[in-house]
Formats: sequence, structure tokens, C-alpha cells
Amino acid sequence: MKDIQLENRAVTDEKTKIAANNVNVYYGDTRAIKDVNIDIKSRTVTAFIGPSGCGKSTFLRCLNRMNDTIDSCRVEGRILLDNEDIYDTKVDPVQLRAKVGMVFQKPNPFPKSIYDNVAYGPRIHGLASKKADLDGIVEDSLRKAALWDEVKDRLQAPGTGLSGGQQQRLCIARAIATSPEVLLMDEPCSALDPIATAQVEELIDGLRTNFSVVIVTHSMQQAARVSQQTAFFHLGNLVELGDTDHVFTNPTDPRTESYITGRIG
Amino acid sequence: MTAPSTAASTSIMVADARTLKRNAAEKRFRAYGLAAIFAGLLALVLLVGSILNNGASAFKQTFIQIDVTLPESKLDKSGVRDPEVMKKATTVTYAPLLRDGLMAKLDELGVTDIEKKEVGNMISKEAAAQLRNHVLANPNLIGQTIPFEVLANGRIDGFFKGRVDFASAELDKNVSPAQLNAALALEDAGSLETRFNLGFLTAPDASDQRPEAAGLGVAILGSLYMMGVVLLLALPIGVTASIYLEEFAPTNRWTDLIEVNISNLAAVPSIVFGILGLAIFINFAGLPQSAPIVGGLVLTLMTLPTIIIATRASLKSVPPSIRDAALGVGASKMQAVFHHVLPLAAPGILTGTIIGLAQALGETAPLLLIGMVAFVREYPAGPPEGLFDPATALPVQIYNWTQRADPAFVERASGAIIILLLFLIVMNAIAVMLRRRFERRW
Amino acid sequence: MSVLWIFIAVLGLSLVGFFAGRTRAIASGGGDIRVLHSLPKHYGAFVSTAALLPAVIVLALWSVLSPAMINSSVASLLPTSETSADLALNDVKRIANGLDQAVAQGRISKDASYNFEGTPEEIAKQLGAVGIALGSAPDTATMDAAESYRAKAEKSRFWRGVAVLAASVFALLLALRVTDKEFRARNTVERVVKGLLILSASIAVFTTIGIVASMLFESRNFFAQYPALQFFFGTNWAPNFRGGSDLGILPLLWGTLYISFIALIFAVPIGLFAAIYMSEYAGPKLRAVAKPMIEVLAGIPTIVYGLFALVTVGPLLRDYFAQPLGFGESASSVMTAGIVMGIMLIPFVSSLSDDILNAVPQTMRDASLGLGATQSETIKQVVLPAALPGIVGAVLLAASRAIGETMIVVMGAGAAAKLSLNPFEAMTTVTVKIVSQLTGDTDFASPETLVAFALGLTLFAFTLCLNVLALYIVRKYREQYE
Repeated sequence: MKDIQLENRAVTDEKTKIAANNVNVYYGDTRAIKDVNIDIKSRTVTAFIGPSGCGKSTFLRCLNRMNDTIDSCRVEGRILLDNEDIYDTKVDPVQLRAKVGMVFQKPNPFPKSIYDNVAYGPRIHGLASKKADLDGIVEDSLRKAALWDEVKDRLQAPGTGLSGGQQQRLCIARAIATSPEVLLMDEPCSALDPIATAQVEELIDGLRTNFSVVIVTHSMQQAARVSQQTAFFHLGNLVELGDTDHVFTNPTDPRTESYITGRIG
Repeated sequence: MTAPSTAASTSIMVADARTLKRNAAEKRFRAYGLAAIFAGLLALVLLVGSILNNGASAFKQTFIQIDVTLPESKLDKSGVRDPEVMKKATTVTYAPLLRDGLMAKLDELGVTDIEKKEVGNMISKEAAAQLRNHVLANPNLIGQTIPFEVLANGRIDGFFKGRVDFASAELDKNVSPAQLNAALALEDAGSLETRFNLGFLTAPDASDQRPEAAGLGVAILGSLYMMGVVLLLALPIGVTASIYLEEFAPTNRWTDLIEVNISNLAAVPSIVFGILGLAIFINFAGLPQSAPIVGGLVLTLMTLPTIIIATRASLKSVPPSIRDAALGVGASKMQAVFHHVLPLAAPGILTGTIIGLAQALGETAPLLLIGMVAFVREYPAGPPEGLFDPATALPVQIYNWTQRADPAFVERASGAIIILLLFLIVMNAIAVMLRRRFERRW
Repeated sequence: MSVLWIFIAVLGLSLVGFFAGRTRAIASGGGDIRVLHSLPKHYGAFVSTAALLPAVIVLALWSVLSPAMINSSVASLLPTSETSADLALNDVKRIANGLDQAVAQGRISKDASYNFEGTPEEIAKQLGAVGIALGSAPDTATMDAAESYRAKAEKSRFWRGVAVLAASVFALLLALRVTDKEFRARNTVERVVKGLLILSASIAVFTTIGIVASMLFESRNFFAQYPALQFFFGTNWAPNFRGGSDLGILPLLWGTLYISFIALIFAVPIGLFAAIYMSEYAGPKLRAVAKPMIEVLAGIPTIVYGLFALVTVGPLLRDYFAQPLGFGESASSVMTAGIVMGIMLIPFVSSLSDDILNAVPQTMRDASLGLGATQSETIKQVVLPAALPGIVGAVLLAASRAIGETMIVVMGAGAAAKLSLNPFEAMTTVTVKIVSQLTGDTDFASPETLVAFALGLTLFAFTLCLNVLALYIVRKYREQYE
């Protein structure tokens, strides 16, 4: 893998987008997340790292209430999006998810055309009144996802026919087509080859200008490359949170150091 | 939360108009789903309810106690009490005796406004034959007055089960209000009662005019015979076929052909199997019509795909490590399969077989074509000869009864369905129990 | 010698063979079973199989070939008239059978039975006494043929016993000869067992061949007497056992398709929505109760649905819909049969659809929900389109079920063949007519009976196409997500 060093890795915006206070997540009787407090800043890429089963994906899914679809899952504590509690009974998860989009581990395009995949979100949220508007959104999203040049001639071809890397970029385009404010990415590169990974990483860094991005990753190199903030999870605890440079070069917690140096994981 | 008005449109606390609309659509969609489930459950309740409602009364029957005088002058003029000689007195001789006995009882009770013929018709036409058999078995009863219990006519029985009332009796040429009054008087006097009737389960079928005497004896026996044939043929054939397909079959055209055939046979309409049975087993092979052996053969062919599919699934669920272990100690492939895989798959195979049998037990259409719809009053002999005797089967008997004119047969058909469903429930319960008990997760 | 006794004798030989083979094998190893190639029981099984298998094959061949040969030789004794050859032969067999029974009951002596003197009327009376009713008193030719038939049959039975036992003994001795410690008894026995396994598995193919052959054969007889064009394109169904019938299949097909259509209109939405609710919304508790309850509907025999149509749904529809609205007076109707069949198909559609919906990967749902779609939007726009091929397959299978269903239509649809649009009118179907033409008194020479085979063939071809198509679609669908 190219060990590229992305430029401009200073945090540009200090405004807090999502604030989690004392969050606990239970699966049945098992406590999967323990008292997590974290602030996620806007226009920043925040990476969640940690060994398998540490709860980083679970916590990510709490941020747009995707855990609601799991019957046995229960969330305690407060998660605020722009100072509004997303677990408040008045909140409609549908509206929340329109603001907090998600990209999944495995590329999961719908068995529809490329165009319909990207247009799906805008259509259900009613973001475009005219065909031309929708065309604009689709083109714009595909451009942002760096996919436009590759697919502009075959927008009606099925999305499932693309290569793995293209599929994942299509899924990113689909997620950003609804203009979310936060984009959650759950190990978006784990199913991709190195070249596709590099493309997606480049894309993630570009997305920072518009969105606040939270990315779960297995790869410390990836976290180092794309993120400005890094959170290290271990056994359901948030062990360390800080500027990526700081966490990787000078971790405060011994567990973080062990993980980074490869002793746990 | 007091959000500024500009932020209202983007606040996740306040649902916008579009979201409200979408949520309403969501609720409607959910309601459709729930309604569909309830429609299914309602259909089940209606179906079972209607059968129970119509059929529960079939297990009860109205009986009349009559004191019958058995005069020697009519029944055995010779006086030697030889049953061979006494057989000359037919039911025509016995029927008036019953009628006279009932007349006497009614006179006692003060019921007089009823004609002699009407009194006779209150008694089942089957009763005279029963009395005759009773007397032939005990010739020394002649000359005495014996208490004898007879079946009441189907209409009288219907009156006590609510199918007949005074208004309908006015219009019905088979029953009169006078008879109903007489029946009520008999009931008050304790000579008439409606109670559980074992004959419904054991007696053979009866003709159109005597629904009260019709029973399921021959049908149950016929069904049992057929199930025996199916079990004896379908289980070994199904298991060996599955073993071959699952464990030995090479991938070639013949195997493909067998696979395609099995999956298609599972979906072939059952009546087509009836045509097969008629053409091959009866017309070509010359087996007798209405015989359980033919029914059993047809049902075997129908059940095979079910058993094969279930058996293959349970063979497949035995992990390959078991086979490898056996082969590893030098067993042949055949020994590995028969000594190790097959016993482990046995509970699954049994479950599949029972479910296949249950399916076969309820099957009607193919049996109609091989002549099992015939009117059979004789019990078939014991197996194996009995397999070639004419018999009928539970579902066919039900169909047969629904085609009769007298509405009392509908009650009996529904009652027979209750029996059929009971059999099926028991079989399925055994299958579920086997599965629970022996199911193994690898 | 009756088949039963032959069988017992062969089984006895086979048992003897088992022990003889075992003993011989052990002896050839000098009493040490470790030097044998196979276990002693394998040698036993080998000899035992040798005694059994050839004998059974000879018995089966004899039983198939000998009646055919006797028939043809006896038929040559009868005066030849093309049309009634079969009937005459039947008479011969019945007389022969009657004489056999009379002998068995001791009414006539065995010798007398072969030289039956007396007038035809006396013979008819004798036979009547044993329960064989003849249409008319038999003529001399028939009587002679019957005697010859009985003689030949008896001879055949005798030689059958000899041949089968000879085969058994010969094979047994041969097997014993090759039995020694080097002989690979296990491999040989296993080859035989494998052959039996293949035979079992092939029964499915033989059944299909039997179905197709029997229906093709009789259908050919039918089309020899009734023009195929009139059958397939005739719009009138009016069988008449005195001849001159109209046997057009179109009214029957119309009734079949109309009823199936109504059944699907009921079953598909209810079954599909129930499956959707069950797989996408229902909590584990509701699922645990509702799913088996609905599947109970699938385990109920069709005769029960038939009775439900006959005594409950039919009168209900007539009294509350058809009569008040002036649509008709009949309790049996397309609607009655259609609704009840629809109920029967609900569990079929719902459990197939349930499987198919569950095969749609969860990641698809996540993707849609993650974009802020509601659950119903996800189902309608992502899950259902993805599952569509599978669901189409399920509906086709349900349609094939509906077309082939018999008892519900026999009891709920009526018997009148009609080309009408009114769903409250009684109509009839292909399956109903198969039942009505093949039950009761049937004459397998008349087109009115034979038409049932042509109907059956049409039905078989129809459902087979639907099944093959549906199974193909469902399999393709499953492969896509595996």
C-alpha cells in the first residue's frame, strides 16, 4: 500500500457536531459500550480504531440509530446532534438518518441502475421536484464520489455490475446525495483491494470540506492517513481520544500504545 | 426544545409535512401486513370453527328404549330355535315388532294422535336388522319381551340436535310434528336419550335412508391399510433413493434426470397420480378396484418425493467429518453410510416420513379415480388378503357422504373430518416431538 | 404353486444360502476369520443374495410375459371381430375365473371343470352361484377358449414355480462355488446394494414415464375416435354416453383459469403481506405464534376445504351476495371455489415468500434505512424489487397448485361447463371432469371415458410447464444471493 501522506491534516473547525454523554449500549444483558463520552467535530474526519469486538462499530451505529433495527439492542445516555437528543421520543429516526448518512463495510448497491441507486435518497426525501434537479444531484454526487467519469456513459447499467471499488464509491455517492451533515463509514475499505482503497481514502479526505465524517477502521495506517481525530476503543471503553498525530505518536494510555505497537489486536 | 424558527426545518425534533406523510404511509403499510396475518388466522378459525360446529354432534346419537315382544308365531314357527331356519324371518318381520313396542310405550305415555306408520318411521330402518341379528345370536329370547335399544330415525335425531324443528317438520315429508311430540314425550319419560355413539367410529357405512346408522369403521380400517402399505414401501424406497442421491450419485445426466423428476413429481397435481393408478395398476396390472393395495401404491408414489426431500435434508445435515472418520478407520463408503450417517439422520427421516404419511392420509382425489368412492359395507379381511378386498378411506368416505341427499350426512361428514384432523394432529405432534427430542445442532 | 409359496421357498433357500456361504467361507480360512477378505456375514449375504435376486427376476419376468402369451394364444381361438376382441377375452377370463372359484368352493370337481358338460344356461347359473354374473349365456367358442385358458394358466403356474426355484438353486450353488477366502464378498454385495439404491432412486423417473406413457397411450385412443382440433378448440362440453358428444376443452379450461385467478387474487396479496409482516416487522413472539398457525392451513387436507366450501362459504355467498344482488342462485360458484382455494394457497404463498424475503441480504435493508428510508419504503423500493423473481416463482407454483386442485372445485365449483364471466355462476374445471368421467360406470372404449386421459395429459403438460418455469426462476434467484 502506498504510504501517502495527505496534506492539511489540522482540524479546521472546532464546532461540535455530535456530543455523546455517558452512552451505554446493551445487547440483551451484555454491555457492549461502557460510559462513552465523545465529541465529534464538524468538517473533520474522526477515526474509531480498536481491536475486533471492541464496540467501535456498535457505537457508530448508535449515531444514526441503526441499532433500532436490532430487537435486543438498548441504548442509554444522551447523544446530541446539534444539541438535540437523537434518542428523544419525538425524534423520527427517518429524519435523523437523512442528516446522518451511513456507508457500510461491504459495498451494498441496490439491484437497480447506477442512476436509481444515487437518486434513491433524494427521491424518498423529496429533494428534487424536477427531473433536471434530480439529474443535477446525481451528477454532483457521483462527481464528489469521484465516480462520474467512470460511469457517466452507463448510468442506466445495474449498480451491481461495477467493480468492488466502484461499488463502494457508488454507495458513498448514494449516501452523500441526500446532503447529510454527518457521514458514518463502517470499515468502508475492508472489502476493497489496495488501489480501490487508495481511491476511497482520497475521496474521504475530500468529503471533509462538506461533511463531518466518522470512519471505523481496522487499519491504523488508514486512520493515520485520513483522519484528524482518532478515538481508540477497547472492550467497550473509549480509551483515548485526541488529534490523530498525537494519538499515534504520543499515546497517553498504555493500552493505546500496546495496540498501536501491535501487542493487542 | 425551543429552536429558532430558521432551524425548525432542519431540527430532527419536529417532523416536517413530508415526514408526517411518509410516516402515515408506513403505518398504513404495517396495518396491511397485520390485516393479512389476521385474515389468514381468521380463515383458519372460520374453517375449524365451521367444521367443529357442524360435526361435533355427529359423535352423539339419539337412542330409543323399546320393550319388544318376540312372538314365536312370527319368528320361529318350527319351535326348534335353529338359527338356519330362523333366518327365514327377514327384517320385514322384525320391523313391525319394534313399531308395536314403541306404540305400546306411547300409549302408556298418553300420546295417541299419531299414526301407526309414523311411529314405525321414528325408528331407524337399521334397527330391524340389529334386532334380527340379536335374536339370531340368542334364539332363546323368543317368546319373551326384551328391552331393546334402537337408533332413532335421522330426522328425530336431527330434532334433538337442532337441525329439525316443528316449522320444518310441517314441510318435510320425512317427519311430522306428531312424531316430534311423541319424541318429546319419550324423552320426558326417559326412554329416549341423545348420547355418545361409538357406532360412528366402528360401524360400516349405511345407505341413503339411514344416516343415523352410518359409521367410519370400514373407512378407518381402509385408511390404516393404505398407510401400512405406504409406510412399508415409501420409507425403504425413499431412504435408499435419498442415500443414493446424497451419498453415491455421480454428477451425470441420469442423476440430473432423477433430481428434476423428483422436484417435479412433488408438484404434479394429485389427480394425475390417480390417473396413473387407474391406467397402470388397475387396467394394466389387473389389480382389483377399490382395494387398499392400489390406494397404497398410488399414495406411495405421491409421498415418495416428500420423504426423499426430507431424508436428503437430514442426510445433508450430518457433517462430512463423520463420514471422514469412518472412512479413515478403513470402512467402505457403504459401511460409513449405513453404520454412521444413516443412524444419525434417522430422527429427521422419521419426521419427514410421518409428515409424508399425514399428507397421504388426507389425500382424496386420486382415490376417487381408483374406485375407492364405492359403497362398501363389508369390513376388509385381515392383511395381507384384506389389502385386496374392497374398502374405502376416511377422506373418500367424507366426500361420499357430502354427495348424499340427506342433510344428516353433512353432520357425519363434518364429524368424520374431526376424526381425520385428530389423526393428523397426533401424527404432526409426534413429528414435532421427535424433532424437538432428537434434533442435533452440529 | 402360488406366488406366496414360491416366495417363501425362495426366502428359505436364501436363508440356507446365508449360513452355507458363511460356513464355507470360514472353513476356507481354516476357521480363522482374519484371513478372509471380508467378514463372514458378507459371504453369507453374497450367497443369500445370489439365491434371491435371479429368482425374483425370473418371477417378475414370468409374471409379465406369461399372461400376455396366454392372452394372445387364447384370443386366436375366438371368432375374430376387431371391435369386441377385448370384451370377448374379458368374458373368457371371467368364466375361467368363475370355474376356478367354483372348484375352490367345492361346487364342481376339478375334472368336471375341465370338461364342462351342460347347456350354456347351466354354466351361467353355476357361475352366478359363485358370484360371477355373465351378461349372456356363453357360446361354445367362449367356453372352449375358457377351458384352454385355464389349462394354459395352470401349466404356466406350474412351470413358473419350477423355473424360479431352479434359478434360485442354480445361482446359490454357483455362488457357493466361488466363495473362498480370497473372494471379495463385501465388494460384490456392496455393488448389488448400490444397484438396488440406483433402482430406488430411479423410481421417480419410472413414475414420470408411467404417468406420461399411460396418459399418452389412452389419449391416442381418444384422438383416434375424436378429432383433436375439436377437443382443443371446441367451445361446447356435452358428453353423452349414447354417442354424439361434444367434448371441447375450452369451457373447462376457462373455468379452471377463472377459479385459479380468483384464488390467486385472494391468496397472493394476503400471503405476500403476511410474509412481509412476518419477516420484516413481527417480533419473535408474534412470529412464533402466527407463522405456525398460518402453516396449519397448509396441513389441512383439501377435502376439508371442499366441505367448508360446500356447507359454509357457498351458502353464505349465495344468501348474502349472489341472490340479493341478482347474480345467481347457485351455492357452488367460481367465487366459492376461488375464495376457498385462495385460503388454501395463503400459507403456500406466505411461506415461500417468507423464505424468499429472508434470502434478500440484510445489507440491502441497512443501506436503505441508513439513507433515511422508512421501513415500508425500504420494503417497497428495495426488498420487493430484489425479491421479485423469487416471488414470481412462488406465485407460479401457487398457480400450478390451483390449476391442479381437485376436491375444492369438485365440491365448490359445480358441474356445468360454461363460458361465462359471472363469478357467481357455477362453472367446472378440467379436474372436476376428470373425476366425473372416470368414476362410476366407465367403458374404456368410449371417447366419453377416454377424454379424461386427454384432459389429464393437458393438465399435466400445463402444470409441468408452470412448475419447471417456477423452479427455474426460484433456483436462479437463490443462486444470485448465495
